[in-house]
Amino acid sequence: MTTSRRTFIKISALGLGGVAASTSVLKVFGANTFMGDFVQKKTAKRLKRTATYCEVCFWKCAEWAYSNDNGEIIKLIGNDIDPHCNGRLCPRGTGGVGMLNDEDRLKTPLIRTTVNGEQTYREATWQEALDLIASKMKTVKEKYGAESFALFKHGSPGSHLEHLFKAYGSDTIAEPAYAQCRGPRETGFALTFGAWIGSPEPTDIRDTKCLVLIGSHIGENMHNSQVQEMSDAIDNGATIITVDPRLSTAASKSKHWLAIKPGTDIALLLAWMNVIINENLYNKDYIEKYTFGFDKLKEHVKEFTPEWAYGITTIKPEEIRKTARIMANAAPAVIVHPGRHVVWYGDDSQRERAIAILNGLLGSWGKRGGFYLNESVSLPKFPHPDYPKPKWGWEALGRKYPYAEMGITSELIKASIPNKENEFPIKAWIVAGTNLINTVPQREEIIKAIDSLEFIAVIDTMPMEITGYADVILPECTYLERYDGIRSATFREPSIALRQPIVQPKYNSKPAWWISKELGMRLNLQDYYNYNDYEEVIKWQLEKLGTSLEEMIQVGVKKFDRQTPLYIADGDEYKFDTPSGKIEFYSDDLASKGFDPMPIYKLHPEPPQGYFRLNYGRSPMHTFSRTINNPYLNALKSENKLWVNPKIANIIGIKNEQEVWLENQDGILSTFSIKVRVTERIGWDSVYMYHGFGHNDKKLSRAYGKGISDTQMISNVAVDPLMGGTGLRGNFVKILTEDPHKN
Amino acid sequence: MRYAMVIDTLKCVGCSDCVVACQTENNVPIGYCRDWITETVDGSYPKVDIELKSERCNHCNNAPCVRCCPTGASHIVEGGIVLVTADECIGCGACIESCPYDARYQHPDGYVDKCTFCHHRIEKGELPACVSVCPTKCMCFGDLDDPNSQVSNLLKERKYKVLAPEAGTSPNIYYLIK
Repeated sequence: MTTSRRTFIKISALGLGGVAASTSVLKVFGANTFMGDFVQKKTAKRLKRTATYCEVCFWKCAEWAYSNDNGEIIKLIGNDIDPHCNGRLCPRGTGGVGMLNDEDRLKTPLIRTTVNGEQTYREATWQEALDLIASKMKTVKEKYGAESFALFKHGSPGSHLEHLFKAYGSDTIAEPAYAQCRGPRETGFALTFGAWIGSPEPTDIRDTKCLVLIGSHIGENMHNSQVQEMSDAIDNGATIITVDPRLSTAASKSKHWLAIKPGTDIALLLAWMNVIINENLYNKDYIEKYTFGFDKLKEHVKEFTPEWAYGITTIKPEEIRKTARIMANAAPAVIVHPGRHVVWYGDDSQRERAIAILNGLLGSWGKRGGFYLNESVSLPKFPHPDYPKPKWGWEALGRKYPYAEMGITSELIKASIPNKENEFPIKAWIVAGTNLINTVPQREEIIKAIDSLEFIAVIDTMPMEITGYADVILPECTYLERYDGIRSATFREPSIALRQPIVQPKYNSKPAWWISKELGMRLNLQDYYNYNDYEEVIKWQLEKLGTSLEEMIQVGVKKFDRQTPLYIADGDEYKFDTPSGKIEFYSDDLASKGFDPMPIYKLHPEPPQGYFRLNYGRSPMHTFSRTINNPYLNALKSENKLWVNPKIANIIGIKNEQEVWLENQDGILSTFSIKVRVTERIGWDSVYMYHGFGHNDKKLSRAYGKGISDTQMISNVAVDPLMGGTGLRGNFVKILTEDPHKN
Repeated sequence: MRYAMVIDTLKCVGCSDCVVACQTENNVPIGYCRDWITETVDGSYPKVDIELKSERCNHCNNAPCVRCCPTGASHIVEGGIVLVTADECIGCGACIESCPYDARYQHPDGYVDKCTFCHHRIEKGELPACVSVCPTKCMCFGDLDDPNSQVSNLLKERKYKVLAPEAGTSPNIYYLIK
């Protein structure tokens, strides 16, 4: 019976095949029959693949876009030879086409105007919108100096605008990726190893024997190759130790889950050092050869016994000892992972120092299964005149923080609020590819700053909260519709990847490189834009690298041979880029600037009675707040939920799926409600939600009003005195069962 | 030939990449899905564990959906793959009711739709879309009649379970467990 049916359908499909092309191919395509299969196969033959790399998140996996005869992108598949994805994208990358097809996209330039006393936007031509921005840039430069025009940026579009700003004379530039995310780990590791961690992290997870995650939720953060390698490590029998007050996905994959009391990680790290040193479990040769300050560290951690840490962390002493021994046994193939979003309690650079020192004790830096030494291809710079030197910029604004190595968004925001004592006033902003409102804490401050600005322009693909505050909105086309810079990645093997337009820009949207150039031309900066099309820049760079655009179009990704070793061989001379040339357990530099030369544990504020610590993290289906409206990804997760322990739910009298509101310690009420998820995955002193939800821009038809924005509830910030990072985990919320906005 | 999928719950992170890959590969309308993720929580804090897994049609050897289909639209083809011929489906929904895995849905175009094991891909020697994209490589697809296939070997080496064994459907999706 089976055979005859198959034959029959094949014949009928043949009859229909010719018709299908002229009727609705798509409908048959989805019809899920042999007839459908037949058409699909015919279609599949005609699918054209084009190389590019993803921009749904910062991992930037190289991929192939498959498009049909009508030029529509049907699917996105990872490029097999790309080390970022190994041919496998994450859900956001696979669903990236939803970003292109989102009907809520910004479609044409908009200019703020007043009609009958009410502010609104009117559609504008690119000419008008760009002229207006350029004229504001000229005015600000004349009145205050170019430095007073600030750029907030993220991702590929940000780098095109950065070029414009530097040519124009401003390096008043910042991105939330630093002070609201990974800045402290770069400081902590630079102080210890003389090297930033960077992205992707040079963690040799694939070959590790022991992976230690301190609040890092790999698998919920879909940092693609890290997730893939964690899975490889599981296959290889590696031991995973996860420290997290919540049973994260990674914790559920771990042999040891240490359900730590929030805010006490440094105590645990010090106790681990204590055990490793006291029990002589450290790598003596490595320490002798490569480290500085071991004796001081030994003395320092003497009192930080597991018994001492137990009272602080709630982790039992035997559990601390056992996990320390597991790490030491695995050494040097052990990784105490630096994490990525590490702005928690304000002493984050010091916590990262503690993580770095622990790795130093275990001798994992520069070792197989620990941290490899990353290498990337340096991209030749397309020729242009030197940038003018600004009188002040991000460095002057961050001067309070001696270890700040990039602009601090929150300092730029402060400098935008008029204040007589402010030597460096900011008067105007361009915001490119970052939704500051749902990214930077202390929303009231941001709104106050925006209110004081003379001008603000926003460049984005989607209407976001920040676009609603703009005087001019420029619709950028998506990554599938534009050229961008070549991706040069740090990895085990250096590689480059190409981004090129797969389809023509939809609506009246334009690529960021074009926006940058058009503004540059209007500001008489043509010498900085010595090309008609960004393709020329890429071609030139590729030729300098010994390849060509033609080759890159064929392969998408090209790998290069390493020039330096991947690991430090045993006994090899190796000079670390620190003042002592060694791994610094003790930092004279920190001591000379009045900071703790070795990390110490400090008590952080606890939630008051009736309040819970607000913890937040990533959903694997979303990137920050920017993908919530993507039709594919929204269908997977359209709202966040408030994780509450069942005992707590019982005490408060709330049920699963019940709608609740939040009020934080400063009386800030959530705009929207959130549904409760009663779950044993979380403890009694905190609640948890996915980051990025609770959009309040009605133009986001799928995302508007769904869930609560964690960022909105974060008004208390613990600033990292070393580098200005904004610690976000010291906010406490009360759960309200009645709508506080009702009256 | 008996196609089966073996899914390692110890590696699945529940990211739903399999769901999106299926949607784009098979043009599944947004808001519907042929595969999905479940999370089971066991125990109480802090002695608690979760199991994440990707679910779909089990392509049962003893498929109730095929038995109850009044038109013969639901049928089994070589390799044990259960398929639906859209043209012959009247959308009565009897199969949806009969499936213990809730694996079928009413397509907005009026027929019943579900996982095909990406029949059109495996015919070409490719893996099902969900298997081919999974970042954790927690899914394996192959022939259980071949004793040397990866799926056969995994079932020999590891502890596993199937879903709703009490339904007597003899399913072909296996889950590797602790």
